[in-house]
Amino acid sequence: MNKIYEDLSSRFTLSDYHQQRDNLAFVTVEKAQLVSAITYMRDYLKFTHLVLMTSVDWLEQGKFQLTYLLHNYELHVNFGLKVMLDRDNAVMDTIHHLWGHARVYQRELHEMFGIDFPGSPGVNEPMILESWQGPPPMRRDFDTKKYSEETFDHRPRQHVEPEDYLRQNLYPED
Amino acid sequence: MNDKYPPIVDGKSVYDLDSQKYLKMWQGPQHPGVTGNMSLELDISGDQIIKCNTHVGYLHRGFEKLMERRRYINCFPIVCRICVPEPDTNEYLFAAATEELLGVEIPERAKWLRTLDLELSRLASFFMWIGGQSGAFGSGTVAQWSIAYRDYVLDLFEELTGARIYHMYMIPGGVRGGLPEGWIQHAEKVLDGASKLLDEIYYVTFHNSVFKSRAKGLGIITPDLIDRFGVVGPNVRGSGIARDLRKDSPYLVYDQLDFNIETETAGDTYARTLVRWKEMHQSISLIRQIIMLMPKSGPLYTTLPNVLHLKVPAGETYVKAESTRGEYGYYMVSDGSEFPRKVTVRGPSYSHGMALLEHLAVGVNIADTHGLMISLHTYPPEIER
Repeated sequence: MNKIYEDLSSRFTLSDYHQQRDNLAFVTVEKAQLVSAITYMRDYLKFTHLVLMTSVDWLEQGKFQLTYLLHNYELHVNFGLKVMLDRDNAVMDTIHHLWGHARVYQRELHEMFGIDFPGSPGVNEPMILESWQGPPPMRRDFDTKKYSEETFDHRPRQHVEPEDYLRQNLYPED
Repeated sequence: MNDKYPPIVDGKSVYDLDSQKYLKMWQGPQHPGVTGNMSLELDISGDQIIKCNTHVGYLHRGFEKLMERRRYINCFPIVCRICVPEPDTNEYLFAAATEELLGVEIPERAKWLRTLDLELSRLASFFMWIGGQSGAFGSGTVAQWSIAYRDYVLDLFEELTGARIYHMYMIPGGVRGGLPEGWIQHAEKVLDGASKLLDEIYYVTFHNSVFKSRAKGLGIITPDLIDRFGVVGPNVRGSGIARDLRKDSPYLVYDQLDFNIETETAGDTYARTLVRWKEMHQSISLIRQIIMLMPKSGPLYTTLPNVLHLKVPAGETYVKAESTRGEYGYYMVSDGSEFPRKVTVRGPSYSHGMALLEHLAVGVNIADTHGLMISLHTYPPEIER
């Protein structure tokens, strides 16, 4: 693990290295260097499997944290590369040319967090939320209750007690 | 190039739907190809697919959003609903991620019981799958046998955990209970029946000329596709590559059990079916080993402080386990509060069901689409969560 980190840190500007377990570590990379770092890890360090791509919304700091988790099938280790993006200008370089399923992840991140990946095929198409009008729902400042109150009409509760229903049907005179 | 396919200009196929030579057809959301709802938008020429677009979102319940506003113990009834036929992997991974961030070690007996529960749920999930696989190729008999037999496995779950589908058995810190009296005898009976049924399924399925002619050569996963699309689990083992998380990075007590990684080389639907059929036998053997080796007494859980006011130290982790579809993972970020900052579920269907299926479906007959889809073993709730 440390060897991989030393190799990476001699080539890229890294910060905030954290080894969680023997086979899992996370490191933060600069935004401009992410695609080259991830390509280097795939092609030279044998991290050939993209496990997942996800985002964490740090609303208080005004940042999005993008996590790319990679896996090496020879050493059986996971390595997570993290990038911090500005919440106001959430644009990231695409990696769909490296993995086929990365475009699905990017499509989901665009829909759920509003992070744009220019050039990724079909990134603007709705994936899960077809005909969604509101703001990206996985952002932490999205208020679900307020949105549903504003968007959907209130339907009054129609509840009849079974006892009353039976009585009305069986003994309508009473 | 087959003249059925439209001409390719600038890397994109150009065809005119108004020419009546090509047709757009929707498969789903309800169809025999998957357990759940997911639809395919197919462009077809004759009866061959020339383009496939997958549409998901029919089962979106916003689990990841819900978990942001709930305490760790409140998330428990939510996570198992992410995958209906095999909920235990979710329970285990959520519990394991929470325990890792808390720094809690679980007792030895709980580890064995968790492994037992995971293997039982693998067996139940495979029984669901094999019915769909043979049903998609026109053999409904196997589907009736296997879905009916799955209920006997669910009976074992009911006896062990109190529930048939969503067990909520693996709480953070351990498991809820030990083996009830007489459970082992019941399990032996069910496992004996299961291995007999599997042999019958073998003769009906793999000696069947219809199944052979339709499944062989369908949806071949070549080695170059594996890393490109992040293929995992039985799909990759069907292509001759021995990768199994239970062997490669053992969790719970899998390092103390005796089993081999089952592989086939052809990479088509037939090979994947055979791999999964062998893994059902493997599960049965593993359950027998666990019952024989597990400690009969000992604590079931580590006592945690009041779970309703549990504050998890800040940090992040990723835990993974081998489900019936391959690598299942939970990425959990905590900010030190009572609520998880973010829980991301990595379902294996995410890569199989979307990008890989769109790639493999081109050139397949309409009638074989279901067989192809279910041979990738997709559970749509994992995709949309």
